[in-house]
Amino acid sequence: MSTTGQDVLSVRDLRVWYGTERGAARAVDGVSFDLRPGEILGLVGESGCGKTTLGRGLLGLLPRGAFVDGDVTFKGKPMPAVASKEYRALRGAELGMIFQEPMTRLNPLMRISEHFEETVRAHHPGVSRERVRHAALEVLRVMGIPPTRYRSYPHEFSGGMRQRLTIALALVLRPAFIVADEPTTALDVLVEAQIIKILADLRREFDTSLLLITHNLGIVSEACDRVAVMYAGRIVEIGDARQVFRSPQHPYTQELLRSTISLSTTGLSFIPGSPPDLVDPPAGCRFHPRCPHAMRVCATQAPVPLEVAGGQRVECWLHGPESQVPPGGGEPLHVREELSVADEA
Amino acid sequence: MSTATAPGSLPRYIVQRLLLIIPMVWFILTLVFLLMRVAPGDPVSASVGGRLPEAALDQRREALGLNDPLIQQYWDYLSGVLTLDFGNTITDNTPITQIVKENGGATLTLTISAMLLALVVGLPLGLIAGRYRDTPADGGIRIFGIVTYAAPVFYTGLLVQLLFLNVFSGWPLLGQSTPITEFTVETRTHILLLDAIIAGDGDAVIDVLKHLMLPAVTLGLLICGIFIRLTRVNVLQTLQADYVEAARARGIPERRVVRSHAFRNAMVPVVTIIGLQVALLLSGAVLTEKTFAWPGLGNQLITYIDQRDYAAVQGIITLFAVVVVLISILIDIVIALIDPRVRY
Amino acid sequence: MAVMRRVLAPFRETVGFSRWMLLAGIVIVAFFVVLAVGAEWIAPYGYAQKSADGVDFPKLAEPGGDHLLGTDRLFFDVWSRVVWGARTALEVIVLAVAGSMILGLALGLVSGYVGGWFDRILVLVMDALYAFPPLLLAIVFGFLLADKIGAGVVSAALSLTVVYLPQYFRVVRNSTISARESTYVEAARALGAPGRTVITRYLFGNVIHSVPVIGTLNAADALGTLAALGFLGLGIQPTDGADWGFDLSRALDDASSGIWWTGVFSGAAIVLLITGLTLVGEGLNETINPVLRKKRLQKIRREETIR
Repeated sequence: MSTTGQDVLSVRDLRVWYGTERGAARAVDGVSFDLRPGEILGLVGESGCGKTTLGRGLLGLLPRGAFVDGDVTFKGKPMPAVASKEYRALRGAELGMIFQEPMTRLNPLMRISEHFEETVRAHHPGVSRERVRHAALEVLRVMGIPPTRYRSYPHEFSGGMRQRLTIALALVLRPAFIVADEPTTALDVLVEAQIIKILADLRREFDTSLLLITHNLGIVSEACDRVAVMYAGRIVEIGDARQVFRSPQHPYTQELLRSTISLSTTGLSFIPGSPPDLVDPPAGCRFHPRCPHAMRVCATQAPVPLEVAGGQRVECWLHGPESQVPPGGGEPLHVREELSVADEA
Repeated sequence: MSTATAPGSLPRYIVQRLLLIIPMVWFILTLVFLLMRVAPGDPVSASVGGRLPEAALDQRREALGLNDPLIQQYWDYLSGVLTLDFGNTITDNTPITQIVKENGGATLTLTISAMLLALVVGLPLGLIAGRYRDTPADGGIRIFGIVTYAAPVFYTGLLVQLLFLNVFSGWPLLGQSTPITEFTVETRTHILLLDAIIAGDGDAVIDVLKHLMLPAVTLGLLICGIFIRLTRVNVLQTLQADYVEAARARGIPERRVVRSHAFRNAMVPVVTIIGLQVALLLSGAVLTEKTFAWPGLGNQLITYIDQRDYAAVQGIITLFAVVVVLISILIDIVIALIDPRVRY
Repeated sequence: MAVMRRVLAPFRETVGFSRWMLLAGIVIVAFFVVLAVGAEWIAPYGYAQKSADGVDFPKLAEPGGDHLLGTDRLFFDVWSRVVWGARTALEVIVLAVAGSMILGLALGLVSGYVGGWFDRILVLVMDALYAFPPLLLAIVFGFLLADKIGAGVVSAALSLTVVYLPQYFRVVRNSTISARESTYVEAARALGAPGRTVITRYLFGNVIHSVPVIGTLNAADALGTLAALGFLGLGIQPTDGADWGFDLSRALDDASSGIWWTGVFSGAAIVLLITGLTLVGEGLNETINPVLRKKRLQKIRREETIR
């Protein structure tokens, strides 16, 4: 758990809050993790649990007025202030972002070549057009886009090709870290597989670390080294992807895995209830109203992050520490039973 | 939204737009014709009745074809317009084409300079207002835009005249030039400013420009309000566009993001709007010309309205309408050429 | 009630300039409505009154004394003309906007629902009307109607109705078509609801958002056109009612002799009322149109985040 020198990115207690009419929405509320070079970390969770905010927060792309706090270390140095020139200089060169909808992410009035020229020159002023072209064609080749299309306009490409274009644009300066925010959600299944393969191969070609935000657990098991499960602004479980899938330790992860549909699925399972209100989250463990194993302590005290046997870090009172559970705290929480009775009625 | 179109459809689109001119113009011609014919009584006696003997009136009617059956008149009118013959006035029996030739130049000078002024002032203000949304600058610019658009040109004109009368007395308020300039400059293009420049007469050029300033500013202010409003709204929208955020994510400096993504893309709809403003520009020109006694087509139109000269009103209005339709369709085509996503 | 709440909801959510604009606009428009409704009591004299208590008004008297804003070339009291002008203006605007709304709604509904050739021809006609410069159209109508039914409120309103009709037609027709093609309608039809019910419901939801904006902006525009007609002598005759535009055309002749009060006030009334209407329209647009509405984040202080 300690910050080793070789980590590309190290995040400690990151918080991103949005002020709303009703009060502060705690979209990201105390998140910590590390990312090694070339590593792919999957970030999963239901919609509205803060995944996207976390991804954007790391690139400094939050709406004005968002409150950001916490320590982010990138390549051993603290991340610069959000609106600073230094942060801007990192984006594109060292930090990349791939968005969900490729159709609208390219300027319709600019040729692909102009996108590349603009990006490269923003970080290396005065680079010749020829050199930009050379670098761009190199990444485009990896993405499977023929050099003949270099001077085309975005509207001349299909959705899948456009996503490959945006990936190529993100990669042209070989950033050390990329956030991919549900990069395949807007695409059809065949294209999805293609894009995921490209992303999974990134480390071989470019040695890039990737935070892959998705709600598709299949993608995580296919492409990711490690996985972080997010619930209501917090990472509730993080660890080796295979290990987490083989033996999930947090009840939320277990429920999430159980509700995944696969070929062997015989009945549909879902997690009752919906993600909590981020303005007024439940006290204690935020998952306790929906948790099948909730105990008394869960409703009053926030759980402590703990490393468990499989190597994952989990935030759940089921794993202790016993010493901090107040007397009687281990009793099952009756609220839960009433709720499930009500559900069945 | 826009869908990708196969290349090569652009010519087809242009042909489509051009073909659309035919029914549009036809419809407008018919509309003007019908409106003018439902008018009560007889246009000739309405305009020159009492001033001429009955025999002369009848001669005029015959010459204007008013004694022909309606369908014949309609046919004559349509075929006339096709050969660019918009008929003759009743009051002074002048061909409309002659009026256009003599007075069109003044209208052209006024409208073009007003449009340029409006663009030079309106676009930057709109961009600033959109970029610095909800700041005092935005508020001030918006109020300026709303008020200048709200003020009828003849009122702005009145205020401007009162101001110059009291503060810069001696500044020419009415007309296109002093009579001397009018006489000394040789008529070549029927555009006085151009003629003065061709003649190399510096004093005449300055004289014309001095006369031009107040009407052009008055008309320009009216149009400028629209440019401010539309540019601002478009900038607001493009600033929120996904590709703008994506550009920021690639570390493009904010100045460049705003300039080459938000502003540039906001300009495309604005070009369309400029085309649509031609109608407003012409309407405004009619009123401005009257206010400043500017010897253009609009002033002629109003004179003929006062004289109840149906033929003249019909001819000039037809011409205006056809010009507006032609320009709006031309603008459509220009858009298609500028914007790589060929829509429709 | 629920509709009112839904319509008002965005207003409560708007902040800053948009809200201020809307409020200022409403105040200005309300002021003119008061003038128009209470003209008999507010204006000291009639709009075409040349004498009071057997004493003739002075010609072109300067502001002050018996005549707050002076008198004009026709011996009329300027302040009274300004007040009565509000009535004329509002009458024409309301008639014109209501007329084009009703006609546009009817034609748009039929055109969108029937489709086919009928629709195509109507669209072409409306496009042509739309392309026609509004003032010229109004001039043509005013020119003709002035002879036929006399220049007055009705003829002015009628010419303006034609001018603004195409915009409502477009909005209603396009919503009708999307309503017709939408899956909602499919679903509702499958459930056995008659097409009519569905379309009215759907339309109401769609149109209610754009029509108030178009309506107020058109009202502003119509007022400008009305003033222009008056300025060109195609509006209301001075003895039939007070027309700000007409007064301005007279004032222009006075200007060169240094007489400023005959036009400045009626012109200011035009500008103020158009500005008021525009502010209402723009304010509504910003509160209703989600693209223009910006959600503002509240400020969070650091202390709040530490528990």
